Amino acid sequence: MQVTLFPTRAAGLADRMSGFAAHLRMNGLAVGPAETAAALSALTHVDATDAAEARRALKTLLVPNAEIWDRFDALFDAYWFNAGAIRQGTANSHVRPQTARPTLWAKHFESPLETDDAHGEMAPSSRGESDEAEGTEGRLIATRTDNLTRRDLREFVDEESLRDAERAAERIARAIRDRRSRRRKQARRGPALDLRRIQRASISRGGEPVDLFRRARPDRPMQIVALTDVSGSMTLYARPFLAFVRGLVSADTRAEAFLFHTRLMCVTPALRDHDTLRAAGRLSLMAEGFGGGTDIGGALATFVDQHARRLGSRTVVVILSDGYCTGTPGRLAESLARIQRKAGRVVWLNPLLGWSDYAPVAAGIAAALPHLDAHLPANTLQALAALEPEFAKL
Amino acid sequence: MSHTPRPLRRGLSAMTSYSDLQERLASTGYMAGDDLAMALHLAQALGRPLLLEGPAGVGKTEIAKALAQILNTRLIRLQCYEGMDASHAIYEWNYQRQLLAIRAEGTTEDALFSEKYLLKRPLLEAIQQDKAPVLLLDEIDRADEEFEAYLLEILSDFQITIPELGTMAAKARPHVILTANGTRDLSDALRRRCLYTYVGYPDRETELAILNARAPGVEARLAAQIVGVVQALRREDLEKKPGTAEMLDWAAALTGLGLTDLTQDSAAVQATLVCLLKTVADRDAVPAEVMERLVGRVA
Repeated sequence: MQVTLFPTRAAGLADRMSGFAAHLRMNGLAVGPAETAAALSALTHVDATDAAEARRALKTLLVPNAEIWDRFDALFDAYWFNAGAIRQGTANSHVRPQTARPTLWAKHFESPLETDDAHGEMAPSSRGESDEAEGTEGRLIATRTDNLTRRDLREFVDEESLRDAERAAERIARAIRDRRSRRRKQARRGPALDLRRIQRASISRGGEPVDLFRRARPDRPMQIVALTDVSGSMTLYARPFLAFVRGLVSADTRAEAFLFHTRLMCVTPALRDHDTLRAAGRLSLMAEGFGGGTDIGGALATFVDQHARRLGSRTVVVILSDGYCTGTPGRLAESLARIQRKAGRVVWLNPLLGWSDYAPVAAGIAAALPHLDAHLPANTLQALAALEPEFAKL
Repeated sequence: MSHTPRPLRRGLSAMTSYSDLQERLASTGYMAGDDLAMALHLAQALGRPLLLEGPAGVGKTEIAKALAQILNTRLIRLQCYEGMDASHAIYEWNYQRQLLAIRAEGTTEDALFSEKYLLKRPLLEAIQQDKAPVLLLDEIDRADEEFEAYLLEILSDFQITIPELGTMAAKARPHVILTANGTRDLSDALRRRCLYTYVGYPDRETELAILNARAPGVEARLAAQIVGVVQALRREDLEKKPGTAEMLDWAAALTGLGLTDLTQDSAAVQATLVCLLKTVADRDAVPAEVMERLVGRVA
């Protein structure tokens, strides 16, 4: 938690309240001057000298959602009672303060640092407090298995045999996109009559409904967001999966693709590059550390924190992973729950699910299952091709 | 500062109305927590909509009914659902009547697009009341994002434009209450317009008070047992945790069976669990042994 010290020289209530607003802003709440003014006027309606009452009034006024509802008391104490400095543990670990949150590019700049660390000694790199939640143990494992040799991804996107995967993906992308809205809009052709317009037009015809207008359900394209696991355990599947994701992305201009192992990176521009050689070069640059350990929970948490705005009720999130994860299953479940709340559908394509005696009992996938809309096999090209009707059903 | 005494004096007079509101709600049988009572009080004082979030069955919808009762005004409810559009939420012309009128009397356009042929839906109805009603927008997160955007406009101006009739401004500003279950995330813009309260499961004392208020016939001993078991069940790992509404159902079922003690007839208690546990998995998660353990702990 970012702590703002109570300004001892503050001139009056208004000054202190704007200090409180600044304190909340620093902790990730969207509080502006309008809210500060509303807070001041709200205090005139309650007994502002009663701390409990003032706290309740400010709470209902300034809190936007359930997550912050739980944190507000700590934030309130931190500012008005200068109590925050000793209570750092109270902040909810998965809600990262906005200022402490790494910017989109930070992790790209960070990567060479990590490489040095791993080459030198096995010490965990000195990252900010945001990673503490993962536990030191989990991080060490992830770092040790981080395979940092550069791997050329040319072979993964160039081969003719992967065309099938790409084509299957394009079909699926089309199946997903072809969604109809439930609201009706006026249309030239459609199953329902637009009585409202017919009536209006009939007035000029002496009350005879001559011109018929219709209403139909317009298409509402679904947006696809694909998250592909490229860790060591997925090496065998990475080639067809990348081709598959490329198919998804190229079929729809709004689709987004991400790769993750211990980190998460956006690869949409690289996959959309028509120059395959350049695309492969860009991909292999991005996929440093490809084939190492996985932290699915951490990667998904990064995804929700930074890219949540891409998600909406018309988004299908496709996760391609085997569910073997070095992070904690709780974190995975929590991130998935957050994704599920924001996205329309969450689909997990699991290459292991196609195996005859596989059961999803590994802690990671078991924790993930309740938050998925579908958990589908994807071990062979045929299985990928057979997904189309499944997606059409979603 | 010079103006400090004035807000303080106003504050003191308003304070009575805050706890007063809580008492008046209690007199209708609704036990509002301090947070909720404060939120309702501020919503009225500042004229802002109130957004309530929380698990199902904790009385989010009920609060609107209680508020309408103590304000002695109408409750207008709009149940939101996916695909809801303006003709369901705001207004629609009564085409059949219009057609008939054209055929039978050959009316003019002015007469055709008059209030006589207007079907008022909840939002229009709410702003046309002489006395400010309580407008409940239930499960707002089920409606589409487009509707949410439209709602923002209504919530800020309280006026609705009907092209044929003109703009209708609110005669009295309705008390707006929105509820959400977390089906999808609401937009930040809507959240900023509203006061916010998270309504969680009530604590033991509050729940006991609710049970006493709603079902006065339940004996004190049985009431304590019921509340104890329900509170313990919420700590179990269940898919759908029983809410207050379920607890009241269960109490009614138990008294209906003539039970005065939960330890009396474990088969009957087990059979009445249909009131509390609403999925197969939850039913399996609470077999007779678990139930006996829970009952034994509170008895």
